[in-house]
Amino acid sequence: MSFDVQLTKQLGNTRIELRICAGPGITVLVGPSGVGKSSVLNMVAGLLRPDSGHIQVSGETLYDHRAGIDLPPEQRHAGYVFQDSRLFPHLRVIENLRYGERRARAGKSAFALEEISALLGIEALLQRWPRTLSGGEARRVAIGRALLSGARFLLLDEPLSFVDRARREEILRLIERLRDELALPMLYVTHDPDEARWLATTLVAI
Amino acid sequence: MGKHPPGGVTRTRASYIQRDTVSGVRTGGVLSAEEWEIIGLSLRVGAVSTVAALPVAFALAFTLARRDFPGRALLDALVHLPLVLPPVVTGWALLLLFGRRGPIGHALEACCGMVFAFRWTGAALAAAVMALPLMVRAMRLSIEAVDTRLENAARTLGASPWRAFLTVTLPLSMPGILAAVALGFARSLGEFGATVSFVSSIPGETRTLPLAIYGAMQLPAGETQVLRLALVSIALALGMLLLSELLLRRQPGRQHEL
Repeated sequence: MSFDVQLTKQLGNTRIELRICAGPGITVLVGPSGVGKSSVLNMVAGLLRPDSGHIQVSGETLYDHRAGIDLPPEQRHAGYVFQDSRLFPHLRVIENLRYGERRARAGKSAFALEEISALLGIEALLQRWPRTLSGGEARRVAIGRALLSGARFLLLDEPLSFVDRARREEILRLIERLRDELALPMLYVTHDPDEARWLATTLVAI
Repeated sequence: MGKHPPGGVTRTRASYIQRDTVSGVRTGGVLSAEEWEIIGLSLRVGAVSTVAALPVAFALAFTLARRDFPGRALLDALVHLPLVLPPVVTGWALLLLFGRRGPIGHALEACCGMVFAFRWTGAALAAAVMALPLMVRAMRLSIEAVDTRLENAARTLGASPWRAFLTVTLPLSMPGILAAVALGFARSLGEFGATVSFVSSIPGETRTLPLAIYGAMQLPAGETQVLRLALVSIALALGMLLLSELLLRRQPGRQHEL
């Protein structure tokens, strides 16, 4: 089981109740804006604590309310690609990519920087500052940064937002390649049902 | 800090009194040796007070910017108190606490031989307390401007809270911190009221620029000295303000345009 998630969370007037049992491939979480999809990713990443439930990824327990397990974000090995990319503005692209190197090395992660930059087509951007990147470029760098941090699974929050229409297909193809070549479990959030059907190995509506 | 040989203060005083009679006699250059000494002392007091206030100001700024706790409003008010209190009251409070018979002053002298009363270290302490609110304000703004979501991103990439702080929060708030240092230094150079009430105006020991200017104003023949020292003050203050403004405008990641 790639993702075994069961959780509840009360956020203001929104109540999140979710059950995910998904095998390998891409698990797509689809639903309209404002139902707490990003909050689910934050809970899996360890940035937000659920009220109850458990979170297991590839057999490892990241959170279990009853057992009192709650790993801090840095120990969850999540490759989180945020909706707004969140590249560090004071670091060049290459330094952003290397930020998670320490954990990757400790976990003997298989990806090399050259390999990932070639896969993502960002070799030419390495010396640039994040603010000079287009939306699509920033997204690809963010994906690279997540992969190079020793990630054991990917969390993708609306990866096509802030990306030009023309570039969307490129990012989609890239995600399919990641699915096929790197075999990382992915939890993918979108509000677009077409995108969801196109990519999903497992589809979860919320 | 400030451990003087016995009699150090009195010797300084005596040598000044000698010199005082010939004050205004210039030994070459635009400023007299005595004026250079005043400027040197002011810079030393300013530098020491700023360096000492820096970690305290940062801790306070960080706490006020990021933490929510009961009594936060009170802490905020206490930090700002020296800004609005009559400086003479701040100086008097320092004298009560850090004087040789004050609870803190007595303890510090007993344990580490540190004396503040009527020493240049006391002038630095008074300047630090008076500069603190300004430094906290400048730093707090820059810490509040750091997006905590970037720190979250760092955590998901494997950084401990401490490493996220060192590699993301600190560099991103650095322009504000440096601006606060420049501002605090300028404020320290101008400190008058609390200093004169706490450590008096001892030539060569606690008589910094503003105190010397005030002293010269009381003398019939002091006009040109007032002018010279005032010009030095203006130049230093203006330079620091410009520097602080320049630092605040510099955003990390924007220093190298492509």
